[in-house]
Amino acid sequence: MRMTGAEMVIRALLDQGVDTVFGYPGGAVLPIYDALFKQNALRHVLVRQEGGAVHAAEGYARASGKVGTVLVTSGPGATNAVTGLTDALMDSIPIVCLTGQVPTHLIGNDAFQEADTTGITRPCTKHNYLVKDVNDLARVMHEAFYVARSGRPGPVVVDLPKDIQFQEGEYVGPEHVLHKTYRPQTQPDKALVAKAVELMAGAKRPLFYVGGGVINAGPKAVAQLTKLVRMTGFPCTQTLMGLGAFPASDPLSLGMLGMHGMYEANLAMNQCDVMIAIGSRFDDRVTGRLDAFAPNSKKIHIDIDPSSLNKNVAVDLGIIGDAGLAVEEMSRQWRAGKIAPNARALKAWWSQIATWRARQCLRYRQSDTVIKPQFALERLQAAIKGRDDVYITTEVGQHQMWAAQFLKFERPNRWMTSGGLGTMGYGLPAAIGVQMAFPDALVIDVAGEASILMNIQEMSTAAQYRLPVKVFIMNNQWMGMVRQWQELLHGGRYAESYTAALPDFVALAEAFGWKGMRLEAPGDVDRVIAEMIDHKGPVMVDVAVDPKENCFPMIPSGAAHCDMLLGPEDKAEVVSEDGMVLV
Amino acid sequence: MKSGAVKRHTIAIMVDNEPGILARVVGLFSGRGYNIESLTVAEVDSRERVSRITVVTVGTAMIIEQIKAQLSRLVPVRRVSDLTEEGPHLERELALIKVAGKGEKRVESLRIADIFRARVVDSTIGSFVFEMTGSTEKLEAFIRLMEPLGLVDVARTGAVAISRGPKAI
Repeated sequence: MRMTGAEMVIRALLDQGVDTVFGYPGGAVLPIYDALFKQNALRHVLVRQEGGAVHAAEGYARASGKVGTVLVTSGPGATNAVTGLTDALMDSIPIVCLTGQVPTHLIGNDAFQEADTTGITRPCTKHNYLVKDVNDLARVMHEAFYVARSGRPGPVVVDLPKDIQFQEGEYVGPEHVLHKTYRPQTQPDKALVAKAVELMAGAKRPLFYVGGGVINAGPKAVAQLTKLVRMTGFPCTQTLMGLGAFPASDPLSLGMLGMHGMYEANLAMNQCDVMIAIGSRFDDRVTGRLDAFAPNSKKIHIDIDPSSLNKNVAVDLGIIGDAGLAVEEMSRQWRAGKIAPNARALKAWWSQIATWRARQCLRYRQSDTVIKPQFALERLQAAIKGRDDVYITTEVGQHQMWAAQFLKFERPNRWMTSGGLGTMGYGLPAAIGVQMAFPDALVIDVAGEASILMNIQEMSTAAQYRLPVKVFIMNNQWMGMVRQWQELLHGGRYAESYTAALPDFVALAEAFGWKGMRLEAPGDVDRVIAEMIDHKGPVMVDVAVDPKENCFPMIPSGAAHCDMLLGPEDKAEVVSEDGMVLV
Repeated sequence: MKSGAVKRHTIAIMVDNEPGILARVVGLFSGRGYNIESLTVAEVDSRERVSRITVVTVGTAMIIEQIKAQLSRLVPVRRVSDLTEEGPHLERELALIKVAGKGEKRVESLRIADIFRARVVDSTIGSFVFEMTGSTEKLEAFIRLMEPLGLVDVARTGAVAISRGPKAI
């Protein structure tokens, strides 16, 4: 079928099952916007800055399990998208980002709004393409979607010169396109799984350590994992990205591990003898000091990305494959072998874990005059408990860690946070993306007052599309996590971490056509949260929280899991020089 | 974790010959802090449009494993072979070496070139260009000997390598 390049782009998106595109027009993508204008099947969400478009597509992808799609112009359009692309690469989010480009004959001439988009995005995408022949366009579009969602998902850029968008060529449907070589391994090696099951059967202090890879593998994989964990009776800890991969309310769940994770999860990690890592990547926030990381354990690592194996931590048994398929095979072999775990050892292990749990690491000093951030989130959790239609996004910093600690996720795809890259300004556009995927859901961005200002312009997007997102700002007037580190590592010299001249968030909300509320007294917390949830449109709640509160528990950088600080009363031993240089 | 003996490895990478592939491979090495001792690239199958990149790198066993895994992860990469690990292989490099001088030094350079089986590919009254193929060590030995005899310029290809025996990588 013959059509123009711009028409091919729209047709390919529809053939790939795309219903929503997040974007911003500009000179180099005008033909595509014109083709968009002439049809009604594809919705376009006009963001206020291209960075917002990518985060919105990330939120959309993570909540729906589909590929997120972005359309931006050349030059600044593409460079503004770079942070979001890097974020999606770090957190393995499937994104296809279409960028306009100057016409082919001007490439390299420093033309108006020209940037070397494929050059700039090469290290921050899973793959990218520059289309120089209109007859390659359809194939490239379909390949881009295939690459984005296959294996370890990630962002793919397709750079589209303007002349290609005008030219006419032959369209081919996705059924005729097969990538020449890219075939990631999904089936795990059964013999290796057998070895893993054998290690698990003999374990005395086992621990499941599950990450975002399980969520990326799909809801079926999550269900398989839940079954396997319950069948074994082993404890299960989740990474920041893995929250929701195992039900938080299950007694076998130890909650999140890592720098601000649960005491019991980190101690269990430190003491375990068999670790079963699934779809988690031994990130430095999780491992702490590497030479003291689970020092006496046999490590099994299941991952779809071969380069994740033995990257930071040498493992005893690496299994390449899809998390769902690997867990399914593991369950099958466990049942077939009629394996009974070492019940006595397991009982002793659980009673050890109970003593760690009894430390109640999330304890904090309640106040009746000032709102503690932990209290506000505890009450938010109480208000959303039992609801299945609640999606939480966050910005980055203390509030993010508190949200991870105090909000409980029973299901996957309900928690959208910037884990690997730590992108401030992620939460609001991500919430917009989630709300586009689920218009009737309750979508809450747990924010900080510093982060929210990084993509504040997206309030206008939410207003335009009548998206009833809720932004719950834990306003402590500081870049809280920066201040906490300055306190810990730099003698309390708070260089530039205090934000003077913060806006009046209530007035700001109203200026954008949102409802704005200010919350100052602990006694009003429940009422304001209820009002926020009940309001039909977008709401911004400015919660004045204790400006001095720090986030605990904490593993100081460069320390081991067993050196956790449980609260402000635990003074960190002077942080080592090695620890100081870590981020 | 990243400690351990550092070893030199020769890695062959079969890739789709498409724009940007070399930048992808080189960017991966610089972005992740790996070393490149030498790198060669050329198309080896014009019908299938496959190129072969030979990289000589150094690292601990764990780093080398990472390099291979990271290379394999690139979408246009078809196959990664660690020739150093996978049994006996041949490694060759080509060099063009220019030596300028007169009298006894000039004669001596020619004599040594003969011993090393280097060919004279250009000659003037005051200079030779030698062409030499061999292992990196042999080339380096020759170049060192030429230094006192009037070495003025060297061009080297970097190593290409292939496994011994009947099988392809």
